[in-house]
Amino acid sequence: MRHQNRLQEILTKYGIVFVLIVMIVAMSMIKPSFRTLNNILNILTQCSVYGILALGMTVVIVSKGIDLSVGSILALCAVIAASLGQSNTASTKYFVNMSELPIIVPILAGLLVGALCGAVNGGLIAFTGIPAFIATLGMMTICRGFAYIYTSGKPVSTLIPSFEFIGQGRLLGIPMPVVVYLIMIIITKILLNNTRFGKRTFAVGGNINAAEVSGVNVKKILLWVYTYMGLCAGVAAIVSTGRMVSAQPGLASGYELTAIASTTIGGTSQSGGIGTVWGAVVGALVLSVMRNGMTILGIQSYLQQIVEGVVIIVAVILDMRKNARKA
Amino acid sequence: MEKVKDLLQMVNIEKNFPGVKALKGVNLNVGYGEVHALVGENGAGKSTLMKCLIGLYPVTSGEILFDGKTIDHYSTAQALTMGISMIHQELSPVLYRPIMENLWLGREPLNRFGFVDHQEMYNKSLKVLQEIELDEDPRTLMVNLTVAKMQMVEIAKAISYDAKLIIMDEPSSALTEHEEQQLFKIIRKLKSKGTSIIYISHRLAEIFEIADRVTVFRDGKNVGTEFIDQLTMDQIITMMIGRTMDEMYPKIPCQIGETILEVKNLSHKKYFRNISFEVKKGEIFGIAGLVGAGRTEVIETIFGMRPKISGEVRINGKLVEIKNPMDGIANKMGFLTEDRRATGIFAVLGVDSNIAIPNYDQFLSKIGLVDDKAVTIGCNEYVEKIQIKTPSLNQAIQNLSGGNQQKVLMARWLMTGPDILFLDEPTRGIDVGAKAEIYKLITMLAGEGKCIVMVSSELPEILGMSDRIMVMHEGKMTGLLENSPDLTQDTIMRYATGTQDDF
Ligand SMILES: Nc1ncnc2c1ncn2[C@@H]1O[C@H](COP(=O)(O)OP(=O)(O)OP(=O)(O)O)[C@@H](O)[C@H]1O
Ligand SMILES: [Mg+2]
Repeated sequence: MRHQNRLQEILTKYGIVFVLIVMIVAMSMIKPSFRTLNNILNILTQCSVYGILALGMTVVIVSKGIDLSVGSILALCAVIAASLGQSNTASTKYFVNMSELPIIVPILAGLLVGALCGAVNGGLIAFTGIPAFIATLGMMTICRGFAYIYTSGKPVSTLIPSFEFIGQGRLLGIPMPVVVYLIMIIITKILLNNTRFGKRTFAVGGNINAAEVSGVNVKKILLWVYTYMGLCAGVAAIVSTGRMVSAQPGLASGYELTAIASTTIGGTSQSGGIGTVWGAVVGALVLSVMRNGMTILGIQSYLQQIVEGVVIIVAVILDMRKNARKA
Repeated sequence: MEKVKDLLQMVNIEKNFPGVKALKGVNLNVGYGEVHALVGENGAGKSTLMKCLIGLYPVTSGEILFDGKTIDHYSTAQALTMGISMIHQELSPVLYRPIMENLWLGREPLNRFGFVDHQEMYNKSLKVLQEIELDEDPRTLMVNLTVAKMQMVEIAKAISYDAKLIIMDEPSSALTEHEEQQLFKIIRKLKSKGTSIIYISHRLAEIFEIADRVTVFRDGKNVGTEFIDQLTMDQIITMMIGRTMDEMYPKIPCQIGETILEVKNLSHKKYFRNISFEVKKGEIFGIAGLVGAGRTEVIETIFGMRPKISGEVRINGKLVEIKNPMDGIANKMGFLTEDRRATGIFAVLGVDSNIAIPNYDQFLSKIGLVDDKAVTIGCNEYVEKIQIKTPSLNQAIQNLSGGNQQKVLMARWLMTGPDILFLDEPTRGIDVGAKAEIYKLITMLAGEGKCIVMVSSELPEILGMSDRIMVMHEGKMTGLLENSPDLTQDTIMRYATGTQDDF
């Protein structure tokens, strides 16, 4: 009896990890091709972009916020970075007379734009007090608009080889997008769990009034939370641009929802103060494995969307039951 | 003594939470028209037993008989229809809705078209509020009420169900003398109508005033049930804590030093005006008054939680501008707030985070990251020092008993090592044993040369602990008294009601 309770506890606590394992085992049995190293790396690569967004989103949701603008910010960062990273051989150049720049320039530009957009979100939320949902909803269309204006609606392509390396190269056999993803996981984990900023983010999400009384600079925390989210969007933009060796303004539309879904599947609570980086990673993997698996199985893409929706809802129901049991 | 026929019998109730055995075979009988008090240390399991009774938690094992019938597997809504209502220890009002909607939440009166009948709701609310003598418009938003008034609304709500049994879990902890008496009047009226009351409180004096019988809890078990007139206060305390108590108010005269905090003509646009006092090193400065007198607002303003309109605050003779709690903390102030849930705890976070929030600066490693091991050691020190009862440091604070939550918050501020510590109702909801511990701590802090400013509605606490006492009445200071053995509760009440005014 006691034993069973313990098992139940573990199951509810790590339920989503079991789901992931079951999915992987099932897929490997049905389709041996799923098991190949290449496919596994492929799955990881595929989830790297929204996986990175989900990391930032975890920080945002832990603070009891939401960010709907990350897909658009990503697109804006990507087109700006790409425009600065075109090779001399490009047929249509964005900056016609500019010679090739070192890769660091487009990277920094992308990150900077991302962080700035995030800071605008954070500033609006912290200093005007408008709800995060509204502020980022506005920024979502604003950034998308800027991306279209910047490119006049056209893709920016033919990038320098080092850009291509970020998207398709390997480091010690690991695809670069996965390397970047891993680095971002580590950074976010440290940020959220081991810094004062992280601890205070939990406090702001847990009880904003109590945080204020405890001397937490709530406005500053919110500003940085969204700035970090924006930075993650910038990083994701670089990876995404590298993978496609081009960028276009319509990029990543709907990615904010995939990021929110990953975070949520991983057990981060919309009511604030609860969430883990590992959850965000597992959540992103669940989505990626599911998509990959369904594609391998030849399931129609419309049906895939339905399955995905069901999984998200079920995951949250399970998660709420876990929390309800504790209370 | 005649045998009371029982409305409620709870037999051998057990309740386990993951990692915690909260109830270990509890028995409780409550007769018709009886006021039955439950007392026991923080975490003894009183609230848990009641939550089992109203169907909020399923019991792990045991039997419940109500009105002659066995009942099990029921929801709180079903409990209400059976006639069991409860006033919860932790208030959960819908803040931005009016009183009347809070009163009738879930059973809104409807008109013949099936829409909410606001007029009817208003009328019914008026009647209920009159019954408890709460002078507020039913359309007032909850958020505009003081904690005490919210508590009265909560009481009104519980009564309005016409229940056979009303559970009151520390209903008086947010009330002052006056409202407390009102509450007792209500209880007596209910009793005469045959309603039974379960009354949970840490204020033992109340129990002698209102209860017929008392059941004492210790560590998830009931250790005895007695008629109240057959017990003394000391006997109850001994039953509760399993040993005899040393002195309740361990106040020892401390070395009083130079003036640290100086407040001059401080005014707020709404709550108080022209408040002036100073507090010296090693002094405990009590602020007394009725609820709504503006005591909390005064210290909140000093700490930077509210803007002042005029007046000045000096620390060590130096003029300081404190605009927000960050400034307050930077000036070595600490503030234990009155409303635990709203401005105190981080409900879903662990005990450790709750203690450490303003204190992470103390626990940084060389490279500037938070050193979790050091945090654990630091928190554990306080858990032991003030005996916080928790299964572990990472237990979510919402799973602790009310009194233990309060101790965690106390630990939070003690850890900041403040020079000036504001305590707003510091022992609200804390059991006698722990209370004495907290008083000991306060005395010790004063002995270390800190200034303590304590707002309290419990006059014995004010008289037992303070060196000097400021009394307020409706936003104005009416008395600044030197404490002495001759000072009585009556004198303070005269100032608090405005009958006497020295200024
Ligand atoms: N939801 C929960 N999950 C885990 N433990 C819980 C939960 N609720 C209560 N407990 C534990 O059960 C024990 C009894 O708590 P309870 O709230 O009943 O105490 P109490 O007698 O009402 O104390 P107080 O006087 O402080 O209100 C405590 O040790 C508490 O930590
Ligand atoms: Mg309780």
